[in-house]
Amino acid sequence: MKTINCKVLVLGAGPGGYVAAIRAGQLGLDTVIVDGQAPGGTCLNVGCIPSKALIHAADEFEKSMHFTGENVLGISVRAPSIDLSKTIEWKDSIVKRLNSGVAGLLKKNKAQLVKGWGKMVDGKTCLVATDEGDVTIKAENVILATGSVPVEIPSLPFGGNIISSTEALSLDGVPEKLVVIGGGYIGLELGTAYAKMGAKVTVVEAAERILPQYDADLSKPIMASLKDLGIEVLLNTKAKAANEDGTALTVETTDGDKTLEASKILVTVGRRAKTEGFGLEELDLTMNGRVVAINDKCETSMTGVYAIGDLTGEPMLAHRAMAQGEMVAEIISGMNRTFDKVSIPAVCFTDPEIVTAGLSPEEAEAAGYETKIGVFPFAANGRAMTMEAETGFVRIVARKDNHLVLGIQAVGKGVAELSAAFSLALEMGACLEDVAGTIHAHPTQSEGFQEAALKALGHALHI
Amino acid sequence: MGLHKIQMPDVGEGITEAEIVEWNVSVGDVVKEDDVLAAVMTDKATVEIPSPVDGVVKEISGTIGDMTPVGAVIITLEVEGEGNEAMISAEADAPAPAAEEAPKEEVKPEAKAEPAPAPAPKKTAVVKKPVASAKKATSGAPRKEGEKPIASPAVRKRAADAGVKLQYVFGTGPVGRITHEDLEDYISGASAPVGGSSKRADTSVEETKVIGLRRKIAERMQDAKQRIPHITYVDEIDVTALEELREHMNATRKEDDPKLTILPFIMKAMVMAIKDYPKLNSHYDDGNDMLYTYGGVHIGMAAQTPGGLMVPVLNHCEAMEINDFANEAKRLANAARDGSISREELTGSTITLSSLGKMGGIVSTPVMNSPEVAIVGVNKVATRPEWRDGGFVPRKMMNLSSSFDHRIIDGWDAAEFIQRIKQLLENPATLFMER
Repeated sequence: MKTINCKVLVLGAGPGGYVAAIRAGQLGLDTVIVDGQAPGGTCLNVGCIPSKALIHAADEFEKSMHFTGENVLGISVRAPSIDLSKTIEWKDSIVKRLNSGVAGLLKKNKAQLVKGWGKMVDGKTCLVATDEGDVTIKAENVILATGSVPVEIPSLPFGGNIISSTEALSLDGVPEKLVVIGGGYIGLELGTAYAKMGAKVTVVEAAERILPQYDADLSKPIMASLKDLGIEVLLNTKAKAANEDGTALTVETTDGDKTLEASKILVTVGRRAKTEGFGLEELDLTMNGRVVAINDKCETSMTGVYAIGDLTGEPMLAHRAMAQGEMVAEIISGMNRTFDKVSIPAVCFTDPEIVTAGLSPEEAEAAGYETKIGVFPFAANGRAMTMEAETGFVRIVARKDNHLVLGIQAVGKGVAELSAAFSLALEMGACLEDVAGTIHAHPTQSEGFQEAALKALGHALHI
Repeated sequence: MGLHKIQMPDVGEGITEAEIVEWNVSVGDVVKEDDVLAAVMTDKATVEIPSPVDGVVKEISGTIGDMTPVGAVIITLEVEGEGNEAMISAEADAPAPAAEEAPKEEVKPEAKAEPAPAPAPKKTAVVKKPVASAKKATSGAPRKEGEKPIASPAVRKRAADAGVKLQYVFGTGPVGRITHEDLEDYISGASAPVGGSSKRADTSVEETKVIGLRRKIAERMQDAKQRIPHITYVDEIDVTALEELREHMNATRKEDDPKLTILPFIMKAMVMAIKDYPKLNSHYDDGNDMLYTYGGVHIGMAAQTPGGLMVPVLNHCEAMEINDFANEAKRLANAARDGSISREELTGSTITLSSLGKMGGIVSTPVMNSPEVAIVGVNKVATRPEWRDGGFVPRKMMNLSSSFDHRIIDGWDAAEFIQRIKQLLENPATLFMER
């Protein structure tokens, strides 16, 4: 059997793993990275990237549809249609480009990519089943970056018409009736996209409101937009069982059971750390519930074994995994690093979008801060008006005593890009006066950020 | 104009090199005959080098702390007239002076001049790193317990690389933000750490080149502790009677007589004990497996001087009486302290007496003065309760902490020697009964 000895073994080539491998390579560490699928992980293959491609196509199609009727812009379009198989083909081409991009970056930085599913034998040894036979990899340091998988509902196992987000990104055609179980960001992003492409979408959510991780002020504009798109949202409703061929779903509402017709049933009730199938049990690491326990250096309970990304729990976000991966590579190379980030921003690509960075008003209060909060609505923003994007607002949360910015949230069209400004302010330790004193280009939506800070200081200019 | 070269003098028999410990002049200084140019140190004594002529200092060769061979040119003076260059330069194994300044080109070509590194004359060997003396004002409330310090990612990274925990760094920015400058101030010691106490970490380091007497002491101590297996023996001595006698003698002394400390009595007791145990008064030449046991008792007396530890020697103590010990000890101690002591007065001891006087402590572990085989350490006299005849009585007690070279002196010998001293000191009349 072929044996490879190396300094660093990265198990899993998702955003956490491949960044760790690139950085390790840059630092001159002899690095091997193992994954059974094309490099990029969930994010690139069946997550962030393909979903955003689909959302973009849906947005474009919806725009065209919008122009078939009366509209203020005076544009008229006749009978637009969408060939989903072509859309999927385009999406796949983007994924492929990025796959080979990641592979190229690994190569450029001299990290060796071994294709195959790896199984840890012990804390320093990994057995990989490749097309050319088994390979043993012996490493001084191991970075576990196996990611996460969609959570399955026991009574609704995946298969046939019951699909996970992965299958939802590669459908042959737009389903006539799509039932989405779970009103979290994945379900709403995909549900919105398919609704825009013409599907009759019903969202089933067990909690009393959608997007339970966001506060009500942020989710309210989304709720309104879902309604405008004709999406039916059933709150306080539990999915019970599907019929045999998956064309109907029985749900339990507060008014009793109800049956929903469905061409496809999309289950998006969350993701869980992928803890099986790669020999985690051989390592016997200390767990934190169902995820691998780590400290602020991403060290596990076993010396020389690190864990990053979704495997280590919430927030399961690609950019968190990337930051962890970069850090761990630097730690292995001997640098003194700890995960000391102030902000891990999160974006929800619904329509409108939600972006959050730092603490929400409730979280700030729970942390014992007296706060000053400034909210600026896009209805008062010139650029937003010109884009028909008046929905939403920017909200800034600061300490009352010294005006240190603790958190920034926004909801609105295209606000995802504001996440950079928000996170930078938080990482730099900005106070309200810093944001208020920074010239924000006019006319842009970002002016809402400056105005929110001014508002918190009591002297907003445009409201 | 000519050049006058001054060589490292022959400062004592058998001395082949000496250490420059101080420059009293620098290049360009005008010096008169007999002005002190430098101080060099040999085995034990420091010798000042006077200028033999009037002149201007042209060049200084060597750095403080350098061991310089006898005969090497250490200072070059520009003098009226011929100078002594022609006499010296051909033979000198010292670096030649700077050529371009020399007027007499023809004299020096044969000087097989290794190009001389021109060492910058150092005024002082002590280099204190520049540290802003005034600690910066740290206004504003300190960070609350558990509150995260506010700093940009770049500052955080720099702090991590420097091993600095940011929670201790005071931030001068808005909201107590730690700037790059704040971090620099903290690292350089210009700002105090945050958190409760107003005391600050002193990160300054004073660099002192270990030279001269201190280096000599270091070498000798290292050598003694490394080569000699020490055995240290401590016993207590009731000096009540001795102190009564001493007080009486001091109270009734003649004008010319010295005031007596306890040391002359101890020295006398040592001399008498050595008569019974002569092996203690020896030198052990471990390189040649030879033990030299001396008839004469030459007691080295450890003395603290401004420069460090010195051990002046009272020669032929077997021929001294109490007042002689006192007079000689006082003279030597003063000479050691004011630096006028000669090299001869610092060599040749056969046994050593070490005392810290009032700071004598309870126990000490003296280090052998190699190649001797015994050193007697005196601890302080204190009044302590002693059990006598069914009750506690106040007695003046003193410990002797003594070390021996265990290769030569067995524990038994050591104990017997000290017990003999103890008998003599506890019964002071016997000190004056020659047997």
